[in-house]
Amino acid sequence: MNIRPRVAVLVFPGSNDDRDAAWALGALGADAQLVWHAETELPRETGAVVLPGGFSYGDYLRCGAIARSATIMAAVRAFASDGGPVLGICNGFQILCEAGLLPGVLRRNRDQEFVCRDVAIRVERADTLFTSRCEQGQTLTIPVKHGEGSWFADEELYGELDAAGQIVLRYAEDCNGSVGDVAGVCDEAGNVLGLMPHPEHAVDPLLGSGDGALLLAALVDAARERVLAMTAR
Amino acid sequence: MKVTVFVRPKAGILDPQGEAVLGSLRSLGFAVGGARVGRLVDLEVDADDATEARAQVERMCQELLANPLIESFEIEIEGEAA
Repeated sequence: MNIRPRVAVLVFPGSNDDRDAAWALGALGADAQLVWHAETELPRETGAVVLPGGFSYGDYLRCGAIARSATIMAAVRAFASDGGPVLGICNGFQILCEAGLLPGVLRRNRDQEFVCRDVAIRVERADTLFTSRCEQGQTLTIPVKHGEGSWFADEELYGELDAAGQIVLRYAEDCNGSVGDVAGVCDEAGNVLGLMPHPEHAVDPLLGSGDGALLLAALVDAARERVLAMTAR
Repeated sequence: MKVTVFVRPKAGILDPQGEAVLGSLRSLGFAVGGARVGRLVDLEVDADDATEARAQVERMCQELLANPLIESFEIEIEGEAA
């Protein structure tokens, strides 16, 4: 059945890619709904959640640190632990790390500059629900724009994540000093992914690249499956 | 009770902000060997004694004020012998 699954796009004070994410998801067949951070529940029949890019709470304390205690985050936590697909983009990735839903932390870029350009990203795992439309080893061109995107985990944690196959995306070029060139990492169960590049800014070849649509369309697929499974229950 | 928390980048972890400050100080002509930039948080804590205040602030540090992966913290309680 070809339904338009509901995808909740969270909005924190200072989010600024929420509308772009909602637009891109809508263009890819989702019913994207913006959800304010002070809400206590996700909309009915939400099939996936997106934490968009931006500068939530002005990046006070550490990027994403304040957003983790927003009231909507309890609902996101419950949704994630129930197996619901959750995607964090840029600031959303930072929030998920600070919330402990994803491993590691995003630090200031090694070269102290704000990086804003298209980067090549290698798909390390094509068997996740976020990369189901990609091929193993495929190179995607997706833009980044961040000052604090250098992912960090100590040697032990990095080794564990690498062995467990949780490193889903890597930069195919030097970008920001991330440990292991990590661009995107998922949780142990595989239904929460965070990445620094912005797939919502790469859904139309007219604007440089359509590669981001592969990731977002896969998320819409996963959301649709979840909604159909919910309504069949 | 007045409590001050010092949050620092962990030893051995690259601190780009500190590097930038170091470079800037040097270009101003100062002889500086190193710079690390951390954060200071002044708190007014409701607690009966210093032990209780410390326990509370330690939890605050672990849950929010510091990220243990990359930062260390130090707690100073006003009036408590160092």
